[in-house]
Amino acid sequence: MKRTFADLHLRPNLKDSEQVRRMMRKASELGYRLISIPLPTNLPEEKIQQLRNMCKEAKVDFASRIDLKPQTSRELIHSLRRLRRKFEIIAVACKSKPVARQAAKDRRVDLLSFPSLDFRRRFFDKAEGELASKSLASLEIDIKPLLTLEGPTRIRLLSSLRKEVAVAQSFHIPIILSSGVSSELLMRMPRELAALASLFDVNRTSALEAVSKNPVAIVKRNRGKLDPRFVAPGIRVVRRGNDCRKA
Amino acid sequence: MPKGVRRRYLALKIDSEEVFSSREFMNAVWNSVLKLYGEYGASQTGLALIDYDEEKRFAVVRCVHKAVVTVRTAVASMTEIGGKPVAVHVLKVSGTLKALHNKLGSA
Repeated sequence: MKRTFADLHLRPNLKDSEQVRRMMRKASELGYRLISIPLPTNLPEEKIQQLRNMCKEAKVDFASRIDLKPQTSRELIHSLRRLRRKFEIIAVACKSKPVARQAAKDRRVDLLSFPSLDFRRRFFDKAEGELASKSLASLEIDIKPLLTLEGPTRIRLLSSLRKEVAVAQSFHIPIILSSGVSSELLMRMPRELAALASLFDVNRTSALEAVSKNPVAIVKRNRGKLDPRFVAPGIRVVRRGNDCRKA
Repeated sequence: MPKGVRRRYLALKIDSEEVFSSREFMNAVWNSVLKLYGEYGASQTGLALIDYDEEKRFAVVRCVHKAVVTVRTAVASMTEIGGKPVAVHVLKVSGTLKALHNKLGSA
């Protein structure tokens, strides 16, 4: 069966609609069928619809995403309560340990991401893995720093990623490979992202799932939940009001 | 009798506005392989340029079949050639040149 490839972290400048359009077209050319762009919280619904239309023109599916950067776990909980039902994907940039732990155990969080250059703030250890394994969070790895960094910094990043991937795999936490780029020239084909994942010991099958099955599953699950007919996992409203037959 | 070396041919597309000579291109590929895998790793790839079209920004390289991931990774990590920004994409991989051209033709 043909894979549906997804890049959940494209970062074009939303003010430059021409660049957004170019990146969407490029994503389509490179073989992606689903993309996501982090949106600001206050973006009007019309603008999101406009992005969806642009994606439709480029023949790719669009998923709305928000990147939360809370300072405290309390702030994270507050933001999740306010925004969970507005966006299809919620990613949390874990800048402190309490935030990382809260994000890992909260079932409303889809993606956990860690600062790529501040190695002391990469909190994805065994404790984090254990918490994340009981929730629905996935580990998001951006490929951009691997392309832009060089020398000792890249070596250190690869070493950190290798450890994090080992933890994620031991706790069966899905890994998501995203580009995280803001320019077309840094965009790569899905199979190239998967090949780059071999640098931190992700095998070929897992790497391909990290750019196809895993991200698509998150979007599918959340779309199901955001559907007005959704009641609880496995329960959906089939008929309502006059549509219901009398028993 | 020892079995012959199994090889793979990779069709590459250079995404850039600039034009590069084959030497510049291969230097950049080798540098990328060296940066990521070192001289020992590079020596195991059996990398060679087979075909290069400056105008079409298209190249075919050959490598040992076990080094396809190595070469693909190195090529994907290239961000510049001679200081000019580029992206190099692997279009197709095949076991023979004939099959590679067939795949490219049908794509």
